[in-house]
Amino acid sequence: MKWKTGIALLLTAIMLFPVYWMLNVSFTREQDMRKSPPNLFPLHGTLDGYRAALTEQVPYLGTSVVIALGTVVLTVALSAPAGYALAKLRPRGAGVLSFLLLAAQMVPGIIMAMGFYAIYLDLGLLQSAAGLIVADSTIAVPFGVFIFAALMSTIPDELLQAARTDGASRLRTFWSIVLPMSRNGVVTVSVFAFLWAWSDFVFASTLDNGGAHEPITLGIYHYIGNNNQQWNAIMATAVFASIPAAAILVLAQRYVAAGVTAGAVKD
Amino acid sequence: MTTTVARATAAAVPAGGPPAGRRRRNLDQWAAWGFLLPITAYLLVFYAYPLFRNVDLSLRNYTVRSFVQGDAPFTGLANYGTVLSDPTFLPALVHTAVFTGASIAFQYTIGLALAVFFRQHFRLSATLRAMFLVPWLLPLIVSASTWSWMFNSDSGIINTALGLVGLGPVNWLTSPQWSLASVTIANIWIGIPFNLVILYSGLQTIPASLYEAAALDGASAWQQFWRVTFPLLRPVSAITLLLGLIYTLKVFDVIWIMTRGGPTDSSTTFATWSYRLGFGTLLPSFGPAAAVGNLLVVTALVFGLVYIRFQRRLVTS
Repeated sequence: MKWKTGIALLLTAIMLFPVYWMLNVSFTREQDMRKSPPNLFPLHGTLDGYRAALTEQVPYLGTSVVIALGTVVLTVALSAPAGYALAKLRPRGAGVLSFLLLAAQMVPGIIMAMGFYAIYLDLGLLQSAAGLIVADSTIAVPFGVFIFAALMSTIPDELLQAARTDGASRLRTFWSIVLPMSRNGVVTVSVFAFLWAWSDFVFASTLDNGGAHEPITLGIYHYIGNNNQQWNAIMATAVFASIPAAAILVLAQRYVAAGVTAGAVKD
Repeated sequence: MTTTVARATAAAVPAGGPPAGRRRRNLDQWAAWGFLLPITAYLLVFYAYPLFRNVDLSLRNYTVRSFVQGDAPFTGLANYGTVLSDPTFLPALVHTAVFTGASIAFQYTIGLALAVFFRQHFRLSATLRAMFLVPWLLPLIVSASTWSWMFNSDSGIINTALGLVGLGPVNWLTSPQWSLASVTIANIWIGIPFNLVILYSGLQTIPASLYEAAALDGASAWQQFWRVTFPLLRPVSAITLLLGLIYTLKVFDVIWIMTRGGPTDSSTTFATWSYRLGFGTLLPSFGPAAAVGNLLVVTALVFGLVYIRFQRRLVTS
């Protein structure tokens, strides 16, 4: 069995080589950047890239945090009640609504971006954080409804019936029983909504380009466009931009695997 | 209008003893739609309306001025004609097909091989499988810029590695022959984790007793894969491939960040073409951009319908 672990380690190393390379380049000195062959390890490691990234990119990171958190709140607020209704209240037309949500998931972001651009131009919402939050939420809301509906349908009907008999309104039942019992769903949906909003480039580059508050994805994009030489700073910024992914992998990994499969395979 | 009334009614109904039959069912309906009101409004305002605006854009002759003033003349399908006869159309169509086809073929094959491998029990198997999620969790701009630097003609690690075995150097991102291959390779890397996770969970549903029986009958590991694993995994495979297809059709970030669809259209797909027309130049042509986008939506939705039908059949059978 040992050799299997060996092969698995080798495969993982190959798969994660680009991530290692990002780290390696982020520590490489400017004068070694164009060396051929490149240094495989940051022997003369420097923090210059990180220093540059910290002085120039922190505002972008701050904007990304605000936008991602805003997207999380909006997504959960919209999808949790909808999931409850679809799972437990058997509304007429539920099939049509689920179908529309599935179809909505398949619309390419670039098309949504163009429509949003036309609308935001009229409303003066271009280059605003609120506008970007709303646009980013469209990536996660259908997914959120499906996750909540799947999870809430496992709550026993008897429990909700008992609450009704005790005189709780549906709103009360939802708030005090259904939502607390769906904590896992809240975490899964929040994790994905955060990650997608944090990573979004399509909406940011179309709706927020040139704005006073641009997210980190645009920060990196401008970096690549402006100074092609400072790759240690670009990669250091990329490392910062990867922090949420790393944190989620360590802290919330089981929610990720659950989310990926719930979105695709029903059992 | 009616939904607003519904919400008011639902809120006004006092909680109390269970009312009789029909009225009760009616109340349930009102309540259900009260909970669905936010999402319905949201779907109308933030999905349906942008899509409608997009269709409207594609049917008018927009200039920058009329875009701001909103008085562009209606020109019917003229933008679609422009797009179809554009010299970029055919290359974009071919590139979209090649990019999508190659991406999902390799993602699926590699993902399946890894899933079968990780299904065996060995030390660290769960931890290492989790590490494979990393490429999928990273922001696309991070992956794309890292691959850009790795593909760099002069200082990239990939040309260095090729040089060691006497090949290259290849102008990965700057030559028309290789740009599409480069972005496809990066996109395959990004998509492997998704395939691995779904196929792995599909493998979990195949009962171990089947493998034990096959082993008793003297089937080799290779035969077990082709006679047991692959046939039983077919529904999950189909779903994985269809979702991969829909997601890959709309890939835009990776290509745009690495090559901007160039050099000279050599890695342009419908998604990047649409973006370039609308946002990538100083003189945007929103009409044709929206037309290209709508062709993409229709393609994605056709495969989306296939997916939905397929999934329904799986659930009901």
